[in-house]
Amino acid sequence: MAGRVVLVTGVSRDLGRRFARAAADHPGVERVIGVDVVPPRGDVGGMSFVRADIRNAVIAKVIAKEDVDTVVHMSVISTPGPSGGRSTMKELNVIGTMQLLAACQKAPSVRQLVVKSTTHVYGASNRDPAMFTEDMEPRRQPRGGYAKDVAEIEGYVRGFARRRPEVVVTVLRCANVLGPRVESPIATYLRMPVIPTVLGFDPRLQFLHERDLLGAIGHAVAAQVPGTFNIAGDGLLTLSQVVRRIQRPTAPLPGFAFGGLGGVLRSMHVSEFSPELRALLTFGRGVDTTRMRRDLGFEPRFSTAATVGDFASNLVPTGGRVDRLLADLQGRLSQERELGAGVER
Amino acid sequence: MSEAEETGGAEIIPIGTRGRPGRGTGRPPSAAARSLAPKPAQRRTGAKAAEQPAEDPIERADEQPAEPAVQAVPDQAPTDAPATTRERSSLAGIPVSDWQAAITSAAQEVFGVDWEPQLARFLAFLRHRVTGDYVVDDYGFDSELTQSFLHAALRPIAEKWFRVEVRGIENIPAAGGALVVSNHSGTVPVDGLMTMVSIHDHTGRFLRPLGADLVFRMPFVSALARKAGATLACTEDAERMLRGGELVGVWPEGFKGIGKPYSDRYKLQRFGRGGFVSAAIRTGVPIIPLSVVGAEEIYPLIGNIPSLARALGVPYLPITPFFPLLGPLGLVPLPSKWIIEFGEPIRTDEYDAGAADDPMLVFDVTDQVRETIQQTLYSLLMQRPSVFG
Repeated sequence: MAGRVVLVTGVSRDLGRRFARAAADHPGVERVIGVDVVPPRGDVGGMSFVRADIRNAVIAKVIAKEDVDTVVHMSVISTPGPSGGRSTMKELNVIGTMQLLAACQKAPSVRQLVVKSTTHVYGASNRDPAMFTEDMEPRRQPRGGYAKDVAEIEGYVRGFARRRPEVVVTVLRCANVLGPRVESPIATYLRMPVIPTVLGFDPRLQFLHERDLLGAIGHAVAAQVPGTFNIAGDGLLTLSQVVRRIQRPTAPLPGFAFGGLGGVLRSMHVSEFSPELRALLTFGRGVDTTRMRRDLGFEPRFSTAATVGDFASNLVPTGGRVDRLLADLQGRLSQERELGAGVER
Repeated sequence: MSEAEETGGAEIIPIGTRGRPGRGTGRPPSAAARSLAPKPAQRRTGAKAAEQPAEDPIERADEQPAEPAVQAVPDQAPTDAPATTRERSSLAGIPVSDWQAAITSAAQEVFGVDWEPQLARFLAFLRHRVTGDYVVDDYGFDSELTQSFLHAALRPIAEKWFRVEVRGIENIPAAGGALVVSNHSGTVPVDGLMTMVSIHDHTGRFLRPLGADLVFRMPFVSALARKAGATLACTEDAERMLRGGELVGVWPEGFKGIGKPYSDRYKLQRFGRGGFVSAAIRTGVPIIPLSVVGAEEIYPLIGNIPSLARALGVPYLPITPFFPLLGPLGLVPLPSKWIIEFGEPIRTDEYDAGAADDPMLVFDVTDQVRETIQQTLYSLLMQRPSVFG
């Protein structure tokens, strides 16, 4: 399938830009068109950027004019960001997706749609099964925020798949993306010098390395397998393991105080604890990736533990004193043993 | 010395002679008795006893014990202070080799003869706990923590406090999935913990309990439950675990079982909707009925505060003979004698694929399991000599 024309939305964000760049270098791809309201910063490589807002009909003209056959939708955002509040975010996510899908439906050239979704659609609660498979519904319907946006977006995507059955629609529900360069709510949270946790809860977390995210989207574009897939690194870690591995001290707070701290931090523009992040950090979540391997044929290179290790590699540790003390003791003991062995000889 | 203080106010006529010769009557003792007395006493009595024999004992009680006390204060205080400093310096003077020998012997005491590798292993263990370098499975089960801490803490309770007697352990398969179905009692689900530790000690397998959603809402309990291998009692998790070849434990009575009044002890409650049976049929694993006797008596539930329980969002708020009357002390379970008996496995692999969706069959198997447990409970109660026997 040579000479594909790929349209990528949300290229002003780091991951979107990097995917578009990587796709442009791919031999099977003729042209990559990046679309966003704000021009991307940094190296765009062979991507041609079109400044367009997916919330209005301009996007349809772009698709028709450029004869796009593959649309990669990556502009579902999880935080309002500096551009506006929650309403802007919702408009961008939901209305943007609706406009994009409407444009795709009108364009006969479109053969494939890849949507980057998130495992936040499963929510997080005490009634959750240990591992969500793609067929499961969230135990509690999200009342607002990112999780609700994503649920609505997936609903529209399913509707599009029904109306255009010949288009290959792939929805990738990605676990929390982590990596040395990733800016996301959970990455910001884990970069805090002292990590607040919810007292008495130790959630299970699953991560996806940023390179695996790009790899998964690239794989989905190349493999053209329709369906919905959970994408996550192998294995799980509990939050206590994560903070120990990245050597950060924790500050356990009762549930209500944890929410209050989120408000304080948001007013200080440090971090934000969105409702879905709070739920995740209380109850945790695991997703089953059998279908990713079996049907999609994608194999992540980084496990959850390796992702956390890579994330920690360029993080200055603020804790880990106990470990250093123990390591010192261990070193002395082994020294003494060697000395003792030498004397015996 | 206390005598000197006591005699300060009132006149005390001592009973007895305070070790001096004579009968304590004031009359001078006989020559024979005087020769028995110790020397100094003799000297003093020789000088004064002839003049004031009656007051003598009181005088002496006043003076003599006071004398050393007064002397002791100025004398001992200066000697004490330098003595301690001298001791400190002498401590510092102990050669390093002696210190090392002391530490070595202490380590030998704790870790045995080959203490060095033992200590090294212990340090390595602590380090990989502290650095988070251990593995949890999909359900958050931390086998290392469960084995080295949770089981270690529960084992003495099971063996010494409840004296758990395990019967029919051979009914638990050595490998592969199986579903242990047990009665539930005791106000606080201690029976689950005891079953977990007993099964692990006798077979080496971990029992993976299925817990209510309330367990995963409560702080501390939820974190510990997942680490100990529990997961939510839902069809998805039960089937996933059984397919994975785990030994899964389920208490179908749920809160109806543990929260029932003491008068209803050993009467099985309704067995849920039989979801555990369909999970077992769908995965083709055997059902092992488990009857636990003794757990009913640990916290005899004699009352409940439904309104407060509703306000707190818990299924019941127990009142036992000792709780909340004795406060935290009332939380100590009564040391009843426990017998846990695993029954013959009920095979489910002979049913065909659609059997799990046949409600009549599911109810039949549920009743069979329930009856087996109830009958075993009755026979165990007959065999048990007494509650604390």
